[in-house]
Amino acid sequence: MMVWVNGVETPAWKGETVASVLLRVPDAGRTSPVSGNPRLPYCQMGVCFECLAIVDGIASTQGCLVPLRPGMRIESQRGPRRIFR
Amino acid sequence: MNYDVAIVGAGPAGMSAAIRLSVLGASVVVIDEQPSPGGQIWRGIERNGDSPIFPVLGADYQKGQALTVAFRASKAEYLPSTQVWQIEDDWALFLTTDGKARRISARAVLLANGAQERPVPFAGWTLPGVMTVGAAQILLKSGGMLPEGRVWIAGAGPLPLLYATQLLNLGGRISGYLDTSISPRLATLARLPRAWRDVAGLVKGIGWLRDLRRNGTMVRGFTDLRAEGDKKLEHVTWEAAGRRHRVEADILLVHEGVVPRIHETLALDCAHDWNDEQGYLAPKLDRWGETSRERLFVAGDAGGIGGWTAAIVSGEIAALGIAGRLGVASDIDLSRRQARLDQRRARALALRPFLDALYPPPRSKIADDVTVCRCEEVTAGAIRAAARRSPADPSAVKAATRCGMGPCQGRQCGYSVQALLAEVHNMPVGDVRFFHIRPPLKPVTLGEIASLENAEDPS
Repeated sequence: MMVWVNGVETPAWKGETVASVLLRVPDAGRTSPVSGNPRLPYCQMGVCFECLAIVDGIASTQGCLVPLRPGMRIESQRGPRRIFR
Repeated sequence: MNYDVAIVGAGPAGMSAAIRLSVLGASVVVIDEQPSPGGQIWRGIERNGDSPIFPVLGADYQKGQALTVAFRASKAEYLPSTQVWQIEDDWALFLTTDGKARRISARAVLLANGAQERPVPFAGWTLPGVMTVGAAQILLKSGGMLPEGRVWIAGAGPLPLLYATQLLNLGGRISGYLDTSISPRLATLARLPRAWRDVAGLVKGIGWLRDLRRNGTMVRGFTDLRAEGDKKLEHVTWEAAGRRHRVEADILLVHEGVVPRIHETLALDCAHDWNDEQGYLAPKLDRWGETSRERLFVAGDAGGIGGWTAAIVSGEIAALGIAGRLGVASDIDLSRRQARLDQRRARALALRPFLDALYPPPRSKIADDVTVCRCEEVTAGAIRAAARRSPADPSAVKAATRCGMGPCQGRQCGYSVQALLAEVHNMPVGDVRFFHIRPPLKPVTLGEIASLENAEDPS
């Protein structure tokens, strides 16, 4: 199956989660809203929240709890949320 | 929807409770965050049956198939990929599935939400390239993903040994193993006679250690583990025999045991006990698994770490307890004896006192420069400074530093804050309380709340 990671079409396999894609696609992880340092998924079981990503337009989605679906759009969550764009 | 029983978690405890309660005629709903049943221990069990990794995952994993099949065949309603973000008295549960929220009600609730790995902060643990052993094993179970490059493992307990063995059997490589366990003391060995009732379990552990020594560097008796690198892990360093050692590393996997998930029982103001030997809080339970709140039960590792075999039994015991409370079964004591539940539980827990003594949680002082709160990036030094200016209360530290206010809501920093407060105020850790856990239990969007129908009980 194919998913979109930051606009790039990326192959993925059944059983994979959004968090697994964040780990293997270069520079796909989030950055901390405090220091801006890069982070990658840490626990894979829903307790660390390091895998937060924008999934099909919904921000702060826990990537490790979301299985991939064909055509899914995953965007990196970078820094703090902006209220005004 | 109204149910007799709402079960949170579809691991060994939740599934076995659901099966028994369904047989007894109760209407049961099982809510689980994961897309398929099995919990963390049997993650991906339904999909992995014909996978080449299935034989390598071992007998304990394979045993999950039978229970999962029985669970699917039961009358229990199953809600996968669903988060419980709020539980209210008597009992209302607020859930979100696929971005849509709803409210259900139940006469009794069973929390079977398991454990999480104990967070142990060290320098550099937020760097990409550092993750937990449990996380690596989940990646293996849910897609056959193996770590590549120079892989180091640091920690103690049965899980790193099991994972290392699985990795080696699949052709993976481990550059080295930093063993943080202490050498067994006399007190530990004194626990052995009871443990020897589970000879198979013990022999398994020894076998894992032998495999590991044959493959890669084994490091013991070190201090001050650090992960270093610019934007990602590049080196692992440690102090041993008076000098600093430094190796190149791409992946560092860490593990220091598991602790119960307590956010739900804390939020519901259940009474908890401090387990000083293992350094965790667990809800106080009666002999049926009922908490200090009537018709709120806990089973499995969420009630204290016991492993999956004990979790199955405690799920069955809680099912009987709930059935008794709700009046759907009579003579639950007789059922308990007939199913030999207490004997089965004693056997399942035989090795636990030995393991608990062999693998105590790390108690070394956290250096001031180490990030303790991953979300808000608060260091141990900042927490100590706040602790010195306040009473021994995590709320004061939280207000002063934002520690525990990020998305994980203290799941990663809670115990460390407790330990730092105890250190500064020179008191036992168990006398410092945990953060106040407030709703919601998981992040929820305003859109989800707006999508909620029947927020108030219509009946």
